[in-house]
Amino acid sequence: MLSTLANPARFMRISGAALSWLGGASLFVLAAGLVWSLLLAPPDYQQGESVRIMFIHVPAAWMALSVYLFVSVASAVALVWRHPLAEIAAQAAAPIGAAFTLVCLATGSLWGRPMWGTWWVWDARLTSVLVLFFLYLGYIALVNAFDDTSRGARAGSLLALVGVVNLPIIKFSVDWWNTLHQPASVVRLGGPAIDVSLLIPLLVMALGFGLLFGWLLLLRMRTALNERKARALRLYGGAAAGDADGQQPVTAARAAQR
Amino acid sequence: MHAFLGLIRHDLRLAARQGGDIGLVLGFFILAVILYPFGIGPEPELLRRIAAGIIWVAALLAAVLSLDRLFASDYGDGGLDLIALSAMPLELAVLAKSAAHWLTTGLPLVVVSPVLALFVDLDPAALPALVVGLLLGTPAMSLIGAIAAALSLGARRPGVLLTLLVLPLYLPPLIFGTAAVEASLSAEGARAHLLLLAALTMAALPLAPLAAGAALRQALD
Amino acid sequence: MSLFPETAELVGENLACRRGERLVFRGLECRLPPGGTLVVTGPNGSGKSSLLRLLATLLVPAAGRLLWNGAPVARDPAGYRGAIHYVGHLDGVKPALTPREMLGFWTALRGAEHPAIDAALAMFGLEGVADWPCRWLSAGQRRRLALARLIAAPAPIWLLDEPSAALDGDGEARLAAVIAAHRDAGGSVAVATHQPLAITGAMSLALDDFAAPAAELLAV
Repeated sequence: MLSTLANPARFMRISGAALSWLGGASLFVLAAGLVWSLLLAPPDYQQGESVRIMFIHVPAAWMALSVYLFVSVASAVALVWRHPLAEIAAQAAAPIGAAFTLVCLATGSLWGRPMWGTWWVWDARLTSVLVLFFLYLGYIALVNAFDDTSRGARAGSLLALVGVVNLPIIKFSVDWWNTLHQPASVVRLGGPAIDVSLLIPLLVMALGFGLLFGWLLLLRMRTALNERKARALRLYGGAAAGDADGQQPVTAARAAQR
Repeated sequence: MHAFLGLIRHDLRLAARQGGDIGLVLGFFILAVILYPFGIGPEPELLRRIAAGIIWVAALLAAVLSLDRLFASDYGDGGLDLIALSAMPLELAVLAKSAAHWLTTGLPLVVVSPVLALFVDLDPAALPALVVGLLLGTPAMSLIGAIAAALSLGARRPGVLLTLLVLPLYLPPLIFGTAAVEASLSAEGARAHLLLLAALTMAALPLAPLAAGAALRQALD
Repeated sequence: MSLFPETAELVGENLACRRGERLVFRGLECRLPPGGTLVVTGPNGSGKSSLLRLLATLLVPAAGRLLWNGAPVARDPAGYRGAIHYVGHLDGVKPALTPREMLGFWTALRGAEHPAIDAALAMFGLEGVADWPCRWLSAGQRRRLALARLIAAPAPIWLLDEPSAALDGDGEARLAAVIAAHRDAGGSVAVATHQPLAITGAMSLALDDFAAPAAELLAV
């Protein structure tokens, strides 16, 4: 399937058709998920209504990590197989992933405020997501730091791979750090043990976020491809459209008498 | 081997002739540590509690300072081409440059750290854990820093970019290094944390040159 | 009498080069036999430097391959690197070190056990400044120093990018003599240059023959 999509023109056709379907599906699923989480799921006996933030916070955390994995896989494909769309996919996905981390951090902060009276707690998960946010920022900064866009793309791909290798190490060390510095009251934004009545809306929201990601990704990739075409046309003008005959390779060992 | 040692010797000779970097790094290290008492007050109990953190954070930032010069001057004057064309693989050249970087940056930090421990009233019993921890962790910092330095060659603002790239990757040595110091003062001892630091450096030794070599090839392309 | 192996022929097949999003040239074929000289010409931006860097394996071609001794270079990159000398636009000279130290470093990088440093310095007229810091050398002297490494450690294939830039008449004469001696010894030279070099029997490669038509430039 990947090789079928490799041709940019074909990708544009297929993604154009998929786009409206994805958009509609994500809207529907998210709406259903929100209704379920906000209205139908029972409130927590300890935290009351504020536990409902979990239905955005936890799926956002899952998406933040999954999108980073997506970026690294796309980067690996770009570096190893030189698939033309892989770099575009990675660069399109990264800001979406960064947005998910921001949502996760913001909802985590909002969730913690009523419980512990502070806007930020150095909980293991929140801290890991914060570090993940900086990994995303580094990737986006690196890709945009070069005048030569293809150099930026390749450097970014390498950085994504370095990041994904380091991710388990960083996660391990953050968890270690968290257990070393355990404050008196156990700070856990995990909430109570997940009950079925809570699990299903959680999964529905996760699915909705996933579909949203797919829709945004295709949208950004199509925009990127159109931008490239526009840039090439601007640089090389109408000649690009009109020039049809290719040149034959010419053997160059013409001995020139000097 | 001849090429490997030749590159280290070349970089050390340059550092000796130009002198600038070691002074810059040490100066920053000392100043960064000294700023804390001014910022938070000089009470010994307070300083002692955060002494390990102050020294490690300052060491990290000082190490980052000198990273952007690791490959930049060779990249700018064409020397990197010749290093890429040398008899040794590019990864080995990265190892040589990281070794020279550590000798002129990490090692001086390790040597100066006991003196700085005085300024922040670190418990003398924790001093061995601090020094050994820095000794084990600074090579990892040079190696991981080489990756970031290679990736940011030719970028528009390499210094700032490098800092952003490298600091998340420096979190593990920071966490284990400071934990080692605190653990050495308690019953459990620093051994587990020092072993983790050693493991980080051991893992970075083969992997960082691979990534940095790939990044250098991208820069040369 | 040849100092270098007989079969050290370098062949470029169907080479294409991409710089950024631009396809600089494609379908390029070239052949550099032992004792031969290839003079690469073309307007600015046609890819002369890129071709030389490609031949030096500093650039990866977008298409095509290099063959050396009949085998692809990719199969033995270290061996190939040992057989070439590349002198690019930039001199690679460190202001704080002396010419003698620079030559010592460059030959150490190549793994040369007994480099002919004094001979190299003499060949390019640098004996007098051999122990001065390079910041005191003029641009022409730094160029001579960069060229001196061609002599300090032998290699059969020379890839020279604008070698006579910044050289005075004496420097150009020395360069021509060195190239002639190298060819007589069986070595080969590929030169990108604007200025005419006094080289007889050189093959010419005009890069604008291989420029890519605009339609191909849009390839993603």
